[in-house]
Amino acid sequence: MSIIKELENKQIQEMQKLRAVPEFRPGDNVRVGVKVIEGEKERVQFFEGVCVARRMAGINSSFTLRKISYGEGVERLFPLYSPRLTEITVTRRGDVRRAKLFYLRGLTGKAARITEKMQFNDNTAAVAAAEKTE
Amino acid sequence: MRTGLIAQKVGMTQYFQQDGTPLPVTVLKIDSCQVVAVKTQDKDGYVALQLGVGKAKVKNVTKQLRGHFAKAKVEPKRKVAEFRVSPDAVITPGTEITADHFMVGQFVDVSGITIGRGFAGAMKRHGFGGLRATHGVSVSHRSHGSTGNRQDPGRVFPGKRMAGHMGQTRITVQNLQVVMTDKEKGLVLVKGAVPGCEGGYLIVRDAIKRTHKDLPFPTSTAQAAS
Repeated sequence: MSIIKELENKQIQEMQKLRAVPEFRPGDNVRVGVKVIEGEKERVQFFEGVCVARRMAGINSSFTLRKISYGEGVERLFPLYSPRLTEITVTRRGDVRRAKLFYLRGLTGKAARITEKMQFNDNTAAVAAAEKTE
Repeated sequence: MRTGLIAQKVGMTQYFQQDGTPLPVTVLKIDSCQVVAVKTQDKDGYVALQLGVGKAKVKNVTKQLRGHFAKAKVEPKRKVAEFRVSPDAVITPGTEITADHFMVGQFVDVSGITIGRGFAGAMKRHGFGGLRATHGVSVSHRSHGSTGNRQDPGRVFPGKRMAGHMGQTRITVQNLQVVMTDKEKGLVLVKGAVPGCEGGYLIVRDAIKRTHKDLPFPTSTAQAAS
């Protein structure tokens, strides 16, 4: 493994000890807590929105959340492994067929909805096995 | 004045500080950096340490250099450089200089050869604006404009910035902060960019403008010669 990868993986592992990094995909609704420093005080601010993009690049990984705030579209980019993020939780799984959902920027209201992913029991392996025996 | 050391550029990455601020860092590798020879006032007219780094194949080293390395009882080195030091900072040949020669928080100056750009135009080399895209400009959209006046002075002044060879010159980047050191792996992380390509050799010295107290003198692995 290259030296750079090794350093990055070490940082990622240390980060994961502090806070869980859940699995989520573009289309999912994600809620993140961000540490905000106001003068001397520190508090946690929450931001919830649809994940419209993910960038997978080791320690440089990031994701973009989009929400409609007071009728105005807001997009915010978060570094995935930043110590400033106190928590990342997935509130809803979306069913989308794109890796980047930038088409949402042109849509509002009903058109900008994302259908929720139906939760099926994971029987794909069993089906594949049954087909093989036939 | 302490000695510096020779390092190899590994590449750049991101480093998160305790408070969450991400820093752009360059990873430098120090691969068995040893003192190869000492230049003395009596013999050479100046005081300096000759350091060597890396590992060279013996078959690729000339007989003269093999003898030079054998004198200091060190393995043949791939890259050798000299560092001027004060007489009290002289270290005996064979001593290894490790990554903890530098302290976290101190500032360093890094010298190296920049990546060569070949013959570059005035826009790339000096950041000129070029000519217009339309309004009668033909062929010369990326050229520079006028280079001077008319019959008086009737010549182009020396030093006029024009197209020419760019890069592949030795430059020094001053005041880069040391973010992390790892003695076992021989790594030093500095904040910011350093000249040259990945794998290139660099000279790292204590910053001359922003000095730091309590640095290991003359180096972390050797005691000061009384």
